[in-house]
Amino acid sequence: MSVDAKQAPRAAGRPPVVQMRGISMEFPGVKALQEVDFRLFPGEVHALMGENGAGKSTLIKVLTGVYTPTGGVTTLDGQEVSFSGPAAAQDSGISTVYQEVNLCPNLTVAENILLGREPRRFGAIDGRATRARAAELLADMGLDVDPGSVLAEHPIAVQQLVAIARAVAVDAKVLILDEPTSSLDQDEVAELFRIMRVLRDKGVAILFVSHFLEQVYEISDRMTVLRNGRLVGEHLTQDLSRINLLSLMIGRELGALEELERLADQAGEEASAAPVLRATGLGRKGSVAPFDLQINRGEVVGLAGLLGSGRTEIARLLFGADRADSGEVTVDGKVVQLRSPRAAIASGIAFCSEDRKGEGVVADLSIRDNLVLAMQAAAGWARPIPRKTKDQLVEKWIKALDIRPANPDALVGRLSGGNQQKVLLARWLVTEPKLLILDEPTRGIDIGAKTQIQKLVAELAQKGMAVLYISAELEEVVRLSHRTVVMKDRAKIAELDQHATVDDIMRLIAHVGERTEAVAG
Amino acid sequence: MTSARPLDRFRSSGLLWPLVAIVALLAANAIVRPSFLALRFQDGHLYGSLVDILKNGAPTMLIALGMCLVIATRGIDLSVGAVVAISGAVTCSYIAAAPDPTSARAALVGMGMALALCAVLGLWNGFLVAALGIQPIIATLVLMTAGRGIAMLITDGQIITVRNPVFRTVGAGFLVLPVSILIAIAVFVLVAVVTRRTALGLLIESVGINPEASRLAGLRARTIRWTVYVFAAICAGVAGLMISSNVSAADANNAGLWIEMDAILAVVIGGTSLAGGRYSLTGTLLGALIIQTLTTTVYSMGIAPEITLVFKAVVVIAVCLLQAPKVRAALGRRTRRRSAQPAPDAEPGAERSEQTPTGPIVEKVTQP
Amino acid sequence: MTTSATPVKDNASPRALLGGRSIPGRVVPVIVTFVLFVLLFGVGAARYDGFTSGQVLANLFIDNAFLIVLAVGMTFVIVTGGIDLSVGAVVALSTMVAAAGLRAGLPLPLVVLLVLAMGSTLGLLMGLVIHHFEIQPFIVTLAGMFLARGLCFVVGVESISIKDDVFRSVATSPILLPGGVSITWSVLIALVIVAVAAWVLHRTRFGRTAYAIGGSEGSATLMGLPVARVKVGVYVISGLCSAIAGLLFGLYMLSGYGLHAVGMELDAIASVVIGGTLLSGGVGYVLGSLLGVLVLGVIQTLISFQGTLSSWWTKIAIGTLLLLFVVMQRAFMRRQP
Repeated sequence: MSVDAKQAPRAAGRPPVVQMRGISMEFPGVKALQEVDFRLFPGEVHALMGENGAGKSTLIKVLTGVYTPTGGVTTLDGQEVSFSGPAAAQDSGISTVYQEVNLCPNLTVAENILLGREPRRFGAIDGRATRARAAELLADMGLDVDPGSVLAEHPIAVQQLVAIARAVAVDAKVLILDEPTSSLDQDEVAELFRIMRVLRDKGVAILFVSHFLEQVYEISDRMTVLRNGRLVGEHLTQDLSRINLLSLMIGRELGALEELERLADQAGEEASAAPVLRATGLGRKGSVAPFDLQINRGEVVGLAGLLGSGRTEIARLLFGADRADSGEVTVDGKVVQLRSPRAAIASGIAFCSEDRKGEGVVADLSIRDNLVLAMQAAAGWARPIPRKTKDQLVEKWIKALDIRPANPDALVGRLSGGNQQKVLLARWLVTEPKLLILDEPTRGIDIGAKTQIQKLVAELAQKGMAVLYISAELEEVVRLSHRTVVMKDRAKIAELDQHATVDDIMRLIAHVGERTEAVAG
Repeated sequence: MTSARPLDRFRSSGLLWPLVAIVALLAANAIVRPSFLALRFQDGHLYGSLVDILKNGAPTMLIALGMCLVIATRGIDLSVGAVVAISGAVTCSYIAAAPDPTSARAALVGMGMALALCAVLGLWNGFLVAALGIQPIIATLVLMTAGRGIAMLITDGQIITVRNPVFRTVGAGFLVLPVSILIAIAVFVLVAVVTRRTALGLLIESVGINPEASRLAGLRARTIRWTVYVFAAICAGVAGLMISSNVSAADANNAGLWIEMDAILAVVIGGTSLAGGRYSLTGTLLGALIIQTLTTTVYSMGIAPEITLVFKAVVVIAVCLLQAPKVRAALGRRTRRRSAQPAPDAEPGAERSEQTPTGPIVEKVTQP
Repeated sequence: MTTSATPVKDNASPRALLGGRSIPGRVVPVIVTFVLFVLLFGVGAARYDGFTSGQVLANLFIDNAFLIVLAVGMTFVIVTGGIDLSVGAVVALSTMVAAAGLRAGLPLPLVVLLVLAMGSTLGLLMGLVIHHFEIQPFIVTLAGMFLARGLCFVVGVESISIKDDVFRSVATSPILLPGGVSITWSVLIALVIVAVAAWVLHRTRFGRTAYAIGGSEGSATLMGLPVARVKVGVYVISGLCSAIAGLLFGLYMLSGYGLHAVGMELDAIASVVIGGTLLSGGVGYVLGSLLGVLVLGVIQTLISFQGTLSSWWTKIAIGTLLLLFVVMQRAFMRRQP
């Protein structure tokens, strides 16, 4: 359409559709946002950047009326606004699409798109008109989905696009996309971006949150960077280099990372060639293609790949959380049947899931109970761990991992993400596993805890434990691992040694396409 | 802020309201009828209204104990009433058909068979819930519906009367105190010891709070779930023996009618959430006592016994409402605590973490 | 551009063809129920003389009119993922209030209004408690069940027979249909309610929102749907349906009694489940529930025609059917991630 993307932000005389001034948001004991200014122009894709806890989500929630800010003013089209909730914001033209699809899986695509706004005839919902209107909207976006099909039958990516269609159906002026790409593969992301461009060219202001740097550079026109609840800069994307962006976002902690690198190197020299686990042709249909993998004593093997590349699936197979339908696993040279987590644990394998809340901690139990849970489960219910042993273990690990609060009776559900993660690690470390599988152990936790956990991993390897380390952050994988297995599209595509760089991995993931099978074999 | 104190406070206050309720009920009784609290010792037996309450409440207590563990694993067992009927039906049919219907052997074999059958019914419920993964409320609805039919099948639709001294002991016998009270207390102590002295209690709570995390921690979640259904069915079986023994008859239609509801109420009044997780056996016992005391109170006040139901409804609503704001307060406290963390962790919203627990609204959405 | 080989297209089209064009998976249980009904009826027709007469079919409706209405109300609640255990007790209370009111000489229209208002109010109260205090529907409606039963006995402990002339004439005067088949006014009322309910649940925003709540309450809230209103509303509907069912039951029994309709909530729930509604919410049809009631009815008829089978076989049969459908639903849900 008329507005050139790159020019849009600078289009003189075009007032911002959203302007937030001096926004502060305080929770008891926490200043989540401090005097943040933010503006959003029509016809632009605006990326909101920042580390964990920078205040991105809080800012979005203030904008969509989930929170009432403790200070500051928001204007929409020049009018001061204060929304009572997401529904009110939606009525004013601000729609949000979250990472987890907030639609009803049991209804059809058309019903989901027009829920609450269905065309009616004589008071009744006109089913045919609903489908026609939905089909029209989907066609506008260039999406080929049967509006009469049930939402749950579609993959997440399609559901996400349907959610966007729903957002657009209200004639949204502002579309907020909160981490929409994290569960999509490359093609799906391309499709999403195409639709984002279509909408942008129609004059919709799009606020985009993503932690994939390359995606942000590909799609956004302008970015606002937050750090620790403060605004640290608003720039045109073309004017801000990646390095500058990173230093704006992080601005610290580089020293800690270098120290870690040395730790990993030392461990690397001591890593022996004694395989703890060897998987041959292990695979599961629809989950991950058959792969070979060997993990040695004292070695950290990194598993790199995008979300959905099969990295979590490998972990789940090795832990017996899902059953493999092909291949063989040996632990210490002996063939083992990994039929259940229990069987895997008995073979000396431990696994921290990426879904800490859903598959990790038992929220309403104390730190003590959580910590001994795996050990107790292995012992069976009839052989309780003596109170004294328990207390010693708990005291030891609370101290060793610096778990806070250092109160064994505190309920785990009330701990911060980082401390929950430490409790989970401790739960497995007390069972003294031979192989520790960590799936995104540092996701969503603060930088302090993150560094502690990374250091711990390096130390464990140094002491002889084998570690399979999965992370979305390639830098982290590269830094910690002696070897890196690269995953793409649910298959293993390469194995790199310790000199691998992030660039190597990126290039592999980007370019190994058609050759996938050859390499994996 | 240490977490132990709110926890202790929470737990103790979980028992506080049931205690208050029961004391208030007893006091009301004592005021209306001063002889209410009196106990008589006669022929080596203890008599009195309080003993009656305990005796009449024993079946509910037993069933509630089984129900409590089931509920702790996020389940529910609607079939216990039907199991009560089946248990009585099997025993009485066997005794009535035995060569010598008054012999101890007939009674023991009959009761043994009944309990064995109850265990099988528990296995069946457990199979549907733990192995097939059917929602507990529906899975046990099957047996609830069919169970009374089965009981009637066994008794051929008749009320079977038996005269067997050994069998009569279970529900109507005395050993200073009525035997049924002693059985209920014994089972309570047994369960308390088994769950708290071993790790069973921890594992049950863990499965109830987070089944998937428990599985990944290596728990035999399926076995545990299965076990509690069997236990609940056996408890119901014993209760069925008590009830039919007390009247020396098996009434397939009315034995244990609605007792599953009373048991569930007892558990809820006792402070165990229907959502599973942490449970309180003592609370459950108190809950069962409250229900029984209420019934007795209504009776002794000269109100038509059927109207007990109205009072029961009032108590349920009152207890639930008392507990609901507290849940909210607890949530509020949790939120405040969470927010009190240093900023980065207070908002693990970025890095595509699954949710953003910062304020009360989100908290509410993500908790269930 | 629209037809570019996106994953959207790849993944969606084959399934869309299966799900959208042919029979949607969620209708399968309803069809199974229908087939089951026809089969059971066929068995009856093959084995017993006079089973095929239109009157047997009409009697199915006559004997179960109140249950049909009850199941319809229950369908609304279960579609939102809730449950209402109070319905049987509210039926009893309705018969009691109607009987007592008529005995006291109140005019019939007033009594009917009173009963309907009472049922709706009970439903409203339960709905409000469920929604605003976030207490499980199971427990709240259990309390409602106790309350309603207890109130029956507050009205009177004994059975009260209904002697009102108009009421009696409505109860007994048949509507003749072609072919010598006659039905009662109750059947007509029940069928009208089925039609209205089907329209409300399937064709209005209220109904759509009920499905949305059953699918994902959180999403429904974020979508800006009137979750509170609908969630409370379904319990009002269920209460209202219970009251109507109570009046129909009064027509059937011509008496009010606190022990009427004991356990009828289970029959209603069983009918709904057998009719293909998922107890976890989000999927279900009013027509399915009607079929569910008819299946229960035909089983009862079969057993009474057999003569040698005792009535408790009905319970066992219902339990078995429930089991079959529950297992089937389970398999259905496994297919749908």
